[in-house]
Amino acid sequence: MSTEFSNETLEKNSNNTGLQIVKESEEDRLMTLSVGPQHPGSGHFRFTVKVDGDYIVHCDPDPGYVHRGEEKMCEYRNFIQNIPHLERPVIHDSNNITYSYSLAVEELTNIQVPRRGQYIRAIASELNRQVYTLYWLAIYGIFLGHSTMFMWPTGDRELFIDLLEMLTGARVTHAFNIPGGVRNDMPVGFSEKCLRQISYFEKRLVEYENIFYNNPLMRQRTEGVGLLTKEDAIKLGVTGSVLRASNTPYDIRKAEPYDVYNEIDFKVQYMKSCDCFARAYVPFLDMKESCYIMRQLIDKIPQSGEVRAKLQPNPKGPAGEAYRRVESGRGALGYYIISDGTPKPYRVKISVGSFRNMLALPHLLVGAKLADMPAIYWALNYWPVEADR
Amino acid sequence: MSNKGGSNLNDTKANSSTKIEPSNAQPEIKQDNVLTLEKSIVDKLVSEFGDKIKIAYVKPLRVRVEVDSSDVIKVASFIKETLLFDHAESVAGTDYPKGNYIEVVYHLGSYTRDELAAHVLALATRTSRDNSSLPSLVNIYKSVEYHERETFEMLGVYFEGHPRNDRFLLPEDWADIPPMRKEFRIKGR
Repeated sequence: MSTEFSNETLEKNSNNTGLQIVKESEEDRLMTLSVGPQHPGSGHFRFTVKVDGDYIVHCDPDPGYVHRGEEKMCEYRNFIQNIPHLERPVIHDSNNITYSYSLAVEELTNIQVPRRGQYIRAIASELNRQVYTLYWLAIYGIFLGHSTMFMWPTGDRELFIDLLEMLTGARVTHAFNIPGGVRNDMPVGFSEKCLRQISYFEKRLVEYENIFYNNPLMRQRTEGVGLLTKEDAIKLGVTGSVLRASNTPYDIRKAEPYDVYNEIDFKVQYMKSCDCFARAYVPFLDMKESCYIMRQLIDKIPQSGEVRAKLQPNPKGPAGEAYRRVESGRGALGYYIISDGTPKPYRVKISVGSFRNMLALPHLLVGAKLADMPAIYWALNYWPVEADR
Repeated sequence: MSNKGGSNLNDTKANSSTKIEPSNAQPEIKQDNVLTLEKSIVDKLVSEFGDKIKIAYVKPLRVRVEVDSSDVIKVASFIKETLLFDHAESVAGTDYPKGNYIEVVYHLGSYTRDELAAHVLALATRTSRDNSSLPSLVNIYKSVEYHERETFEMLGVYFEGHPRNDRFLLPEDWADIPPMRKEFRIKGR
């Protein structure tokens, strides 16, 4: 039967019918699909995939749709003026992206942060980690077709945003970390409200695990999908939850403790299975650990004292350079700042987790099924705006 | 058809009854304040390359090495193979019109050696502004691939041996000089 439809038979028949038969070439088998940038499934990020039937054979990322030139803008403003625009790449994690910037500027200008300021910084940073991770979890849930997992984290995220609003005065973009400390002290009653929220949230995490992570359909779509071995993860230089899901316990808070993190007892969360499930489960473990960290921070914070060091109107230091990193919701977030002795930085380079994790996308997608693409792409914890800067 | 990253319906056995077990063994990370590790890194580099390299500074957890562009491949291979800095965190190009050169700094870190977890080694090299070209490190550090591509479009440094010196973040119709060069000014500023 199969010979009946072969090219030769068709050619023979075409002589009788007069039809033109075009032979199928290897290229014709492949179909190029453009994913994004408008489709919400990719979030302002475009990549093209070539598919051969169900399988992806080629993937080409094309970022830059939300490139704002943050690094160039930094060269025109002084160290303090840079803070509000630097948090725009990740508004959901704005306290972490300004954290390492402040650390680098403090190293350049030789400013000491008061102890209470360091603690408040860490609390704000952990709260923002929850906000970001809940937002990511909501998106991961909806793209696996689990609408409850979209609704629940979005609702619970609101409570953390309320806490941050109480602490910083703004709901999403806080501009709270500044070189020398934080903008303002904790309001009265914040600790109690924070502890109440943590107790509530820890109960909710159990429910998340039951409805989402123990869901057989979710397991089926993520377990064994998109394997990134430890060797490949190290070779590609990925970071954050993607790295820790590939059996590498590396967290900047533990590896290079900044501010008060060396006084806090916590564990680096990592998993050995190297698949999409591990990449989705490590942020969940991070949220659990973050609750534990926040309880200690609230317990250990000095009851009184300054929260920010006195700054000169235009802080500047001697010419030099600094490279400082923090652990953000998406992994290591580093700032490389070169100062020429003026109040404006000569060069600011932001090394972000999303940009580094992008390299894993073609690596994981080639050879995978097209239907696995959302599970693989969103498990990379990729934030397009941050990657483009 | 390779099935490296994909799943197969037959081999994906979802079993929701198995308990999820996160890993528990913790990494041991030691830190000291007398710069012993930093100095040992510098000693190894100096004994291998002598006056071909220049140690710009040795600070706690940070070492900066400056090399000529003709030696950068050799030094980078040594840093990877012997010192075990296994990945690049960032590649930063900086334009210096006064000195008529562009500097490219690779920030290298290590995941495999626990005692190096906090350390970042900055490997700096230079090229002229007029005919900017550097050897690519992509064959040694796969992780620099997109960073070098970004440096190419932002500063106009051509990386020899890089698979794609190509537009990456800028618009498709970008027809101006590389924007991170100092003579490119933001409008109205």
